[in-house]
Formats: sequence, structure tokens, C-alpha cells
Amino acid sequence: MIKEELKRGIIAENPILVLALGLCPALAVSTSLQNGLGMGCAATFVLICSNIIISLIKKWIPEKVRIPCYIVIIATFVTIVELTLKAYFPELNNQLGIFVPLIVVNCVILGRAEAFASKNNLGRSIIDGFVMGLGFTLALCILAIIREVLGSNKLWGLKVFPGFRPMTIFILAPGGFFTIAFVMAMINYFRQKKEGGQS
Amino acid sequence: MNIDFISLVQISIAAVFINNFVLSRFLGLCPFFGVSKKLSSAVGMGMAVIFVMTVASMITWIIFHYLLVPYEVDYLRTIVFILVIASLVQLVEMTLQKFSPVLYDALGIYLPLITTNCAIMGVAVLNAGKNDFTQEPYSFIESLVNGIMSGIGFTLALVLMAGIREKLELANIPRPLQGLPIAFVTAGLMAIAFLGFSGLNFFK
Repeated sequence: MIKEELKRGIIAENPILVLALGLCPALAVSTSLQNGLGMGCAATFVLICSNIIISLIKKWIPEKVRIPCYIVIIATFVTIVELTLKAYFPELNNQLGIFVPLIVVNCVILGRAEAFASKNNLGRSIIDGFVMGLGFTLALCILAIIREVLGSNKLWGLKVFPGFRPMTIFILAPGGFFTIAFVMAMINYFRQKKEGGQS
Repeated sequence: MNIDFISLVQISIAAVFINNFVLSRFLGLCPFFGVSKKLSSAVGMGMAVIFVMTVASMITWIIFHYLLVPYEVDYLRTIVFILVIASLVQLVEMTLQKFSPVLYDALGIYLPLITTNCAIMGVAVLNAGKNDFTQEPYSFIESLVNGIMSGIGFTLALVLMAGIREKLELANIPRPLQGLPIAFVTAGLMAIAFLGFSGLNFFK
């Protein structure tokens, strides 16, 4: 069952590359692997915690004000992340900038709260938060690796290819759009090939 | 309070072109790709965003500088801002429904989407932090101008994108690129065009 859940979160319903949710942080912070991984971990932490709380108190949340309730719960955990990053990882905090407070409007987190945690029990919500967070982080890392290698010829701050002239445009805004376009197109290509082979 | 018009013009140009919310700051991408399939809905969404952004940047500025900073609770910024924005959107929706049904019909369906639009939250957070020009927080008027102009920049990008995507419907695109990927490529090309504006150097 865990294996199926993992497959669902990482491949079939990958939040960024298949569902196209949470695009803003995905494109903005994927300029280097360190930033991508940091953002992925922060968002995963918020996602798991908010899923836990929401699935525990879903009975007491009135239907009409559920969205503000979810937002307050999510914002609380985002504040925890913000203060922790400021205290222990000031450099990462500076790199991520306004995208740390903006985790609160990440549609992946609110989407999972609304679509999953508010309808399922605690155990399943934790697993869902974990696999969705993992899918988000992995997609972020893939984008970050491509952009960092092509854009600055580095990976985790270390040089990769000697004699390769980096294309700066990949760490600027346009490169982010191009990278995600080609990763998505590759996924579509393989999916269509698989479907074409079956029929 | 003296108002420096030169700096207001600089803020406006920077917000619309140089630091365009969508194409250079990566804020508000979800509505940018979600609502840009038809020109008419793009215009509606853009108007709703300009409106909410302007009001939100005023109210969050007042709350931040007269409530959070004096009582030294500015770490509550994230929670307070998102609550203000969520209730503001609700309020705008109810007011429009009551007093201007015509406007409500035009903007109504886009308003709930705005709560989770990171551009609105982004402008509130940016206004509260240090700005790019003087490294100090914006004054009230500057925040207001930044709010309006960022909204206009967002609308500009959204409307341009919708115009292009309407034409793309008729084009013969390779199958794996159909749908979102080609939209991302288009956005990337637009972002290259907007990179040209970074030559207008206002920043100190």
C-alpha cells in the first residue's frame, strides 16, 4: 500500500509536474539544488503538520468557514518554519526571501487540506502529506539540478564540467519557464508513447 | 508628508516592467496559467486582481505599521496578512453583490480564487520589507502605488498571454507540447522580452 501511495505522489499525481500546482515557489527557488531542497523540506513539513491537525479537528470545523480555518492552521506552521530558518539557516532564509512566508498560499498545501485531509483519517492523511511532499521536493530537485548545471555549471555549489560555458539565462526567469516546459513535455511524451503502445 | 513624484514614477515603472510580478518575480503563476485561455476571462481576472491588490496593500500597510510594529509582534506578519486578505476578499465579494451586481457578475467567479493568489500576499510582504530603491520600507503612498502598479503589471502579462494562447489554439503543435508545456514556452519567450526592461536601471 505504501508503495502504491509513493507511486501516486511521485509519478501519477506529482503536484508540480502533473497537476501544475505550487508553480510559483517551484520556479522561483529552483535556481540551485540547495534552495530547491530547502524549499521542498520546508513545504513538506508544513504539509504533513497541517494535514495532521486538519484531519484531527475536521469534525469541529464548520463547513462555511473551513477555508479560513485551514489557512490559519497552515499560516501557524509557516511561521514556525520562518522563525526556525531565520534562527538556524539564515543564509537559506535570505536566498528563499519572500517565498518562505508565501508557503502559506502554496496551492499544494491548501489543495491537500481541502481534497484529502478533511475527508480522511489521521494515518492516511500523514501518508498523503508525506508522499505529496516528497513528490513536490523531487520535482523541485529535478528542475533545480537542470537549471543549476546549465545555468551556472555547478551542482550543490561544486563545479561540474570543466570547459563548459554556463548559460546564465537558465538561472534567470525565462530559463525556469523553459525548463519546466521541457520536463513536462518529456513526461507527456513517455505517457503518450505508453498509452499508444497499449491501444 | 512630502510626496516625491520622481520616486513614484520609478516605483511604477519597476513594478509594471522591470520586476513584473509574473514574468520576473514568479508570483501569481497559478491564475496566470489557469485563467489565460480566454481573453475575456483574463481581463476580468486582471481587474479583480488590481482591485484587491490595491485595497490589500493599503490595509496591510496600516496594520503592519500601526499595530504589528509598535507592539513588537511583527513575526505574526504571515498569519495576520493572510487573514486580512481572506476576509478582505470575502468583504469585497459581499459588497459588490449588494451594491454593484453588474460588476459582481463580471468579477464574481474570480474573487474566491484570489485568496490563494500569491501575488496579493507577495505585494503585502514586499511592502512590509525593505524596498529595492532605498533599502527602507515603503511609505503609505509608495505602498499604494506599488500595489496598483503591480496589479497592472500582472494584468498586462495575463492579457498578453491570453491573446497569444487564443492564437495557439489554432496552431499545429507537437502532441507532447500541447496544453501547458507550450504555455510555459510562451511565458519563457515573454520573460526574455521583459528581461530587456532590466536595462532601465533605477536601483541604487
